Amino acid sequence: MKRDRLIGAMLLVVALSAISGLALITVFIFREGVPIILRVGAGQFFLSTDWEPSLGHFGILSMLGGSLAVTVGAAVIGVVFSLGLAIVLTQFAPPGLAAALKPAIELLAGIPSVVYGFVGVVTLVPLIRHFLGGPGLSVLAASIVLGIMILPTITSIAIDALQAVPRSYVEGSIALGATRWQTVTMVLLRAARSGIVAAVILGMGRAIGETMAVIMVAGNALALPHSPLDPVRTLTSNIALEMGYASGDHRQALFATGVTLFAIITLLNTAALAVSRRRAGRRRVG
Amino acid sequence: MRVSPANTQRVAVGSMWALAAIVFAVLVFILAFILAHGLPHVTWSFLTQSPSSMGREGGIFPMILGTILVAGLAVLVAAPIGVATAVYLTEYTREGRLTAVIRFGADCLAGVPSIIFGLFGFVFFAIALGMGLSVLSGSLTLALMVLPTIIRTSEEAIRAVPYAYREVSFGLGSTRWQTVTTVVLRSALPGISTGIVLSLGRSISETAAVMLTAGSALRLPRSLFDSSRTLALHFYILSREGISMPNAYATASVLIIAILALNLLAYWLMRRFVAKVGR
Repeated sequence: MKRDRLIGAMLLVVALSAISGLALITVFIFREGVPIILRVGAGQFFLSTDWEPSLGHFGILSMLGGSLAVTVGAAVIGVVFSLGLAIVLTQFAPPGLAAALKPAIELLAGIPSVVYGFVGVVTLVPLIRHFLGGPGLSVLAASIVLGIMILPTITSIAIDALQAVPRSYVEGSIALGATRWQTVTMVLLRAARSGIVAAVILGMGRAIGETMAVIMVAGNALALPHSPLDPVRTLTSNIALEMGYASGDHRQALFATGVTLFAIITLLNTAALAVSRRRAGRRRVG
Repeated sequence: MRVSPANTQRVAVGSMWALAAIVFAVLVFILAFILAHGLPHVTWSFLTQSPSSMGREGGIFPMILGTILVAGLAVLVAAPIGVATAVYLTEYTREGRLTAVIRFGADCLAGVPSIIFGLFGFVFFAIALGMGLSVLSGSLTLALMVLPTIIRTSEEAIRAVPYAYREVSFGLGSTRWQTVTTVVLRSALPGISTGIVLSLGRSISETAAVMLTAGSALRLPRSLFDSSRTLALHFYILSREGISMPNAYATASVLIIAILALNLLAYWLMRRFVAKVGR
């Protein structure tokens, strides 16, 4: 018994490593990044588009705009396809087919982001350049590539949300004479709404944090985009592109870019958590 | 004219199927595109030789070794920690504030983007702990990155083990630890392995975090403190800097085949697990 308690205590120490890792990450990133934001001035840092590290100008507004643009674009594309997939797999596909297709979605999640970026550059980017104009490397290209990349995340959470809807809801709707499709739109999607919203928010978190694929297809231009065909640089690409040769204030400014990204992701994750909590709370009442 | 619900359903379900078909077409296209361009260049000498002139000539042997070292060590570090955390959460404590904090930590860690792990690994492992850009810095960074996945999959696998197994074990006079090691973990092993295999896949695919922590040296790593370029990073550099397209495709093919093999393995393990626990 005594030995068991000792083992329990040792396991607890190990179990705290995830949260300590998170604490270490937060402390080290903020310690490197926050001082330069204060020195430059938060207004200047977040609201200026002037990023010229050699002159000591650090404004990340273009990157904020770039990240926002590709994330929203990716969410739109990701949501359409993910919801379609989740509905087909849970409601309309024969169980055998659904079981065979799920590993394929996992495989989609396993493909390295550099491969997505590369295939995007050699196939998608020339198509956009040829048919829609502009440089091809663009918000649109990044949105499509990211939309596909976040699809497995959104799909698997949406599938869970749809499967969590009590069978009696569906049966009640069918018994009232609704078609399967009416049941999907009027009962299932409504009942699973908060789970789906959480899925989309988590998907957006994925998209805004993605680095390599975006560097390859977004064009990395330092300006706010005016159209989906404009090239943009995201927060993540800014870090990955310049970290290799940055030092001093420049390096700190890149960490500050990381702090910004970290804050946005934490905000998104908290929102997703709050949405799914609310769902759990409501279910307990109902 | 009013469209009948039956017709609406036909059109709507048809478009849902079309969306699903597009997704799978994209998956097949990506795999086929890389393999068709790359496989012809994957020769024995490509796999076993060192690169020359920045990767324009020669093979990718140092990158294969670097990838195995970085990803393997990452999983070797993360797996025991992750499984122990899962055992603690499921077998050694009741749900409460502490488990909520641990789960919150793991969930947040899972949401941290890889480039942030890269920045952290760079200031913490490479600079603060003095490991430099090395295999060790890279693998410890990746270990932290895949830890939440291992915790979550292990927890699910352990929870899927029927409670009766534990009761029988306790009834036979086993202690909690004996029950965990001889009964629970043994039954949950295929499920836990699935998570570990998928984490290995994720470590192999990762580029941004490795670029900032393991560096991009082309030579063969001689110790864990040497910098080493992984396959994914090599592919990125070859294609982005236009060094050699055939070699880039070939490197990507090796990467894709490794990922395919790991996913198949994970799938097979999962099926075995379901068969075992379902019985």
